[in-house]
Amino acid sequence: MSIDMSQFHQVFFEECFEGLEAMESGLLSLDLGDIDSEVINTIFRAAHSIKGGSGTFGFTVVAGYTHIMETLLDEMRDGRRQVTKPAVDVLLGSVDCLRDMLTSIQNEEDINMESAAKHQEALEIELTGKAGSGHATESTPATTEDAAPEPEEEPEEEIAEEQGWKIAFCPYLNLLQTGNDPVRLFRQLSNLGELTTTVNIQDIPPFSELEPDECNISWELKLVTDATEAEVKDIFSFVEDDCALEFAPLAKPKKVKKVAKPKPVAVVDEVKAAPVAEAEPTTPAAPAPPAAKKPVVEADASKNAPKASSSIRVDTDKIDTLINMVGEVVITQSMLGLIGENFTMDKVGQLKRGLAQLERHTRDLQQSVMNIRMLPISFVFSRFPRLVHDISTQLSKKITLKLVGENTEVDKAVVELINDPLVHLIRNSLDHGIEMPADRIAAGKPEMGTIELKAYHRGGHIVIEIVDDGRGLDKNKLLAKAIEKGLVEETAILSEKQIFELIFMPGFSTAEKLTDISGRGVGMDVVRRNIQSLGGNIDIISELGKGTTIAIHLPLTLAILDGQSVAVGDETYIVPLVSIIESINITEKMLNKVAGKGETFKLRNEYLPIIRMREIFNVRSGAATKSNEGVIVVVEGQGALCGFLVDELLGQQQVVIKSLEANYRRVEGVSGATILGDGSVALILDVPGLVRLSVR
Amino acid sequence: MSQENETPTVEDIANAKKNTDTTIIQYLSFVLGKEEYGVDILRVQEIRSWEPVSRVPNVPAYEKGVVNLRGAIVPIIDLRERFSLSKVEYTPLTVVVVLQTGSGNHTRIMGVVVDSVSDVISIERTEIQGAPDFGTKVSNEFINGLVSVSERMVMLLDVDKLLILENTEQPEN
Repeated sequence: MSIDMSQFHQVFFEECFEGLEAMESGLLSLDLGDIDSEVINTIFRAAHSIKGGSGTFGFTVVAGYTHIMETLLDEMRDGRRQVTKPAVDVLLGSVDCLRDMLTSIQNEEDINMESAAKHQEALEIELTGKAGSGHATESTPATTEDAAPEPEEEPEEEIAEEQGWKIAFCPYLNLLQTGNDPVRLFRQLSNLGELTTTVNIQDIPPFSELEPDECNISWELKLVTDATEAEVKDIFSFVEDDCALEFAPLAKPKKVKKVAKPKPVAVVDEVKAAPVAEAEPTTPAAPAPPAAKKPVVEADASKNAPKASSSIRVDTDKIDTLINMVGEVVITQSMLGLIGENFTMDKVGQLKRGLAQLERHTRDLQQSVMNIRMLPISFVFSRFPRLVHDISTQLSKKITLKLVGENTEVDKAVVELINDPLVHLIRNSLDHGIEMPADRIAAGKPEMGTIELKAYHRGGHIVIEIVDDGRGLDKNKLLAKAIEKGLVEETAILSEKQIFELIFMPGFSTAEKLTDISGRGVGMDVVRRNIQSLGGNIDIISELGKGTTIAIHLPLTLAILDGQSVAVGDETYIVPLVSIIESINITEKMLNKVAGKGETFKLRNEYLPIIRMREIFNVRSGAATKSNEGVIVVVEGQGALCGFLVDELLGQQQVVIKSLEANYRRVEGVSGATILGDGSVALILDVPGLVRLSVR
Repeated sequence: MSQENETPTVEDIANAKKNTDTTIIQYLSFVLGKEEYGVDILRVQEIRSWEPVSRVPNVPAYEKGVVNLRGAIVPIIDLRERFSLSKVEYTPLTVVVVLQTGSGNHTRIMGVVVDSVSDVISIERTEIQGAPDFGTKVSNEFINGLVSVSERMVMLLDVDKLLILENTEQPEN
């Protein structure tokens, strides 16, 4: 017990959550009628490893609970049980329940035993076929399956004359706590020959005294085999310290009678003396009725410790590439060192080649490091089949979800932050986009609605599209609603794009009635803000009656940015290239004063406001330029165009984004900082923020 | 430190640790104008010479800007201006003391510009006097206490309080 198990917890939880995801996606495909034994196997394996892991770590509630799921799945796997929709639903519910349990354990909170008990009950009802919920063996979940299915499998009585062994197997109370599972033993025994088990449940204490993680039952096993005693004993080698065992050849059965199960009282001290997992939070498994005693969670001393740091799983291939690259860089570096040692002018060519090589390697190295942070977008997408399944059932709509390009890789930070906006958009599509089946048929569309979730790369960006073939956005309705809410002037003339963008306004909702899925008019503005904070933007294309496409453009990574450096006085600033529309030299003719204060310039047929960087940043250094000299960088921020007046354009480069807030604080109009080639710091402009700043 | 230089036993180490914890504290002292200040030496990460900073727009004047400290963006604060002392031109003697603040998971690094660093002083905890109410240039919130070292008065600064930047302050805009 001296090993500190908690160091493995993080890995365990990750594996569990992965397992749960696998189970969920498997169950969903079962739900669609695709009953494939391989799928059931996958689900079963996932459940099994969660059970095994949680047993090892002493999370007995999880282990006990998973065990019931496993039993149900096992029966499905063996074809003893039909895969029915209710069963799948119950299992899906259990997956959620398990996830909650694990999250609670991970955060060292109390497990919500009530919901766990509810799900467990549902599972047990499903398992036992709705009958016998008051049956004696049901009261302890951990022992139910140990005892129940086995005797049923071998119902016929064996005659004592056969060759074999009679085994009295009396586990001590702590057998289950040591992670041993009698069923596994029995299964191994049955490999040796024909096994008959008789269970003795008379030692099960009254319900009020029942400790669910204690094994209160004993078995009499009759094994018809020609295996030797040693072979049979071998199977029990893991448990021999935790149980009373008695072997007798089948021919002389009378000896068995003498082995009575020791009274539970007799071994209580022993159990107390050797608790399995002192350091682990031990929680008793949920007894079936919700009215059971209050769950006790003995959290360990690290209760107030900070939560586990976030980690990332990296493909070993990526690490190998990285190591290769580092090797290359080292080689190039030593080559350059050699050239530098006795440098003569005739080596210039060699030096240049070496430097070019170094540059290439550095770039590759940078790319491979960045790659480590890249995760396939399926991390996000994989949650949606479930969401669509649940909500479409709830709304009684028929909807299929198609995922395209799940392997597109994006930065980890993007993966984490894009989830909520996507959930919102998909909910919207489900609720408002796709019509009821009857309406769809009336409109001449297939009854089954389709939502497509696509991800692909396009020129340094990742594009995520949500395409539905629903009713589309009604421009006139949107406009009328916006006017009614006073969001736009009645006389305003809006382009189609502008009208669609109205749905991003706070407080805008055209849904006739609120549902708990969507329609409260909060959300779309949050969605847009979230996406913009990731440095992306969101577009809507919609055709009435045909469907809606929402496209989200996001930068591939949040760590590197293509920037245009500009000079303002002596200072250098970086403007993100994505927000630059164009840059133009200023001429006197273009400038117009508005009300003697604000300035605009005419770009082709539009009048755009000018932001003088020198003024807004209080730059005093450098030769003061005349008001009509400089370059206007036309940028787009918050959907509006505007011109930044700077002194000079310096050049384009990729810059590594560094946080200003790590050691300093947030500065208005600045989104971050970077280090230039000469080692000095340049600030990266926050274009939407500056636009806001200038309006004030 | 005046501990014997024999192989230290576990007890010695424990005692030494106790000593630094409880009684003797080392301070780095530096000069601003004619005044001498001290900061807990365990908070000092390094001492650098002044180098030009990148100005950050629309922040208080005493926040001079940011520099690149081996890849980290570190703000530089002028202590003279922070304490409303008269400004001086930066000279080759002007130094930046890089201080660590915060604790646990979140530490921050900041540089403070001072005229020059003078000494490392060891002070018994009992020698430290509470800070009187100055009512003058230095508001007493940054001062942990006073100590006199060979007839000079040294003001001991509270690094954590010193490096709290007002996030709301927005002058001249």
